[in-house]
Amino acid sequence: MSRDVWVLAEHTDGHPRKVTLELLSKARDLAAALGGRVAALVLGESPAPLARELGARGADAVFVAEHPLLATYTTDAYTAVISPLVAREQPSLLLIGSTAAGRDLAPRLAARVRAGLVTDCAAVDLDGGRVVVTRPVMTRKAIARVAFRDGGLRIAVVLPNVFAPAPADATRAAQVIPVPVTLDPGAIRTRVAGMTPVARETVPLTEADIIVSGGRGLRGPENFALLKDLAAALGAAVGSSRPPVDSGWVPHDYEIGQTGKTVNPQLYIACGISGAPQHLAGMSSSRYIVAINKDPQAPIFGVASYGVVGDLFQILPLLTAEVRKLKAAQAG
Amino acid sequence: MNIAVCVKQVPDTEAPIRIRADGRGIEEGGLTFVPNYYDEHAIEEALRIKERLGGAVTLITAGPGRAVEALRAGLAMGADQAIHIQDAALEAADHIVLARLLAAAIAPLSCDLVLCGRLATDDNAAIVGPAIAEFLGLPQATAVTRLELGQGTARVHREVEGAVEILELSLPAVITVERTINEARYPSLPGIMKAKRTAITVRTLADLALAPDDLGPPRVELLSLTPPPRRQAGRILEGEPPAVVKELVRLLHEEARVL
Repeated sequence: MSRDVWVLAEHTDGHPRKVTLELLSKARDLAAALGGRVAALVLGESPAPLARELGARGADAVFVAEHPLLATYTTDAYTAVISPLVAREQPSLLLIGSTAAGRDLAPRLAARVRAGLVTDCAAVDLDGGRVVVTRPVMTRKAIARVAFRDGGLRIAVVLPNVFAPAPADATRAAQVIPVPVTLDPGAIRTRVAGMTPVARETVPLTEADIIVSGGRGLRGPENFALLKDLAAALGAAVGSSRPPVDSGWVPHDYEIGQTGKTVNPQLYIACGISGAPQHLAGMSSSRYIVAINKDPQAPIFGVASYGVVGDLFQILPLLTAEVRKLKAAQAG
Repeated sequence: MNIAVCVKQVPDTEAPIRIRADGRGIEEGGLTFVPNYYDEHAIEEALRIKERLGGAVTLITAGPGRAVEALRAGLAMGADQAIHIQDAALEAADHIVLARLLAAAIAPLSCDLVLCGRLATDDNAAIVGPAIAEFLGLPQATAVTRLELGQGTARVHREVEGAVEILELSLPAVITVERTINEARYPSLPGIMKAKRTAITVRTLADLALAPDDLGPPRVELLSLTPPPRRQAGRILEGEPPAVVKELVRLLHEEARVL
């Protein structure tokens, strides 16, 4: 087995996803400690131009798998390309972002090549030569430390927004290694028949630096407009706790918590959210939490960095205006 | 259409947990166990398909003796039969090993569809479903919010970053479901009575024609569970709303430096 650390490079609109940049940055630290190299693995219809950016962000080598059948992610095609490659190159560790594709692929790949696999990783460290990961479990009522055992590839599926991406270094150039791809169209048993964009203000929730989130206290779907205004002023994404989803005010795509998404932004603004354990499970590792709620006893105040007890219908428009003022001053 | 549904029994997510003194697990005494919430949606989806197209719904779990209660709950919802894999080998199994066992129990059923929950709410792994698909050699779709069946095909919706993906796949297939796919029914009283009388098939490793070596060693190991770091409750800002908001923005800008 090599000492190399690999990153599965996901990309959208010709650029690596944010989580890919985060993983490359972490891979540099791990590879330096292991005495190995960082390799990115990129698949697509014509992904070769991404190699420059992946190199600038930390990859020493970029494996490029190019094929029309790799234009969109499918389990069968990705597994067929990646499994022989990792069997031949034997990286020590493969980091995959916890995205829809990453979570779909990693177990399939691990089962095929009999890799060790841990998902939802919030930390990846070396401890006396072992790779040890940390992940929240049991509605975040416990944090598990899990070690990989020797005997083959290790795959860690890592939550977005956990590691800071390294700044781009244009002087770094990665070695580009083409991956021979032979794909039998008949062996790809899923076909992407459509992609319907979910109307979103900005970035996907899991990648957002700032999230403005609403709960039952918003009283109705129309009041999410208050959150959207604040989010627009902040450049934030809008999320929700579970009740607005169950009431049909917003799609499930918005939900943060045990039965929705796990997020890790710099700033989480909880509006009219009481702070049930199932919601806290998805957001309580946010760096700063602001709670706006009219009930001073709401459990959300127990995790909030800054709490405002009051009427969100009065406070949100004031907050939006105040943020706009700050942003205008910053721009000026 | 014959459907297998994988079920896991998990601690009630509402219940507080106590970490064992050795840190390698949780104290089970006094803890309430329930069927994994997502698996109930998988059972519901299977029952709706059966009600439309006929066939049988078989539940499968791998776990200790108490896990039989999760099977009984699914039978009470309306499933036809249940298989309980019980073996000492389960103790040390990782998720991939577990998937191999479940796949070995599912293979002889000749199912058209295998349904699983998107993840189990105890360990959040989301590994077993796709790994079963691999061991059965079947296509997969994960975190599915809508499932429509055609002639030997399925059309599903999946939530991906910023979009809903519509995926067509051939059957048989393994599909893991999101909670929004349906509203799961409650067990009926006759269902509960029937579930009590239904014989549950117990399978060991040997029954599945597997030797411990076939499973391979687990590749990951739980070192410890610890309580999460406690967040320090911060500051409550008091005063008239305009002044409070001004102070909040100042703190976010100057103290937290996130604006």
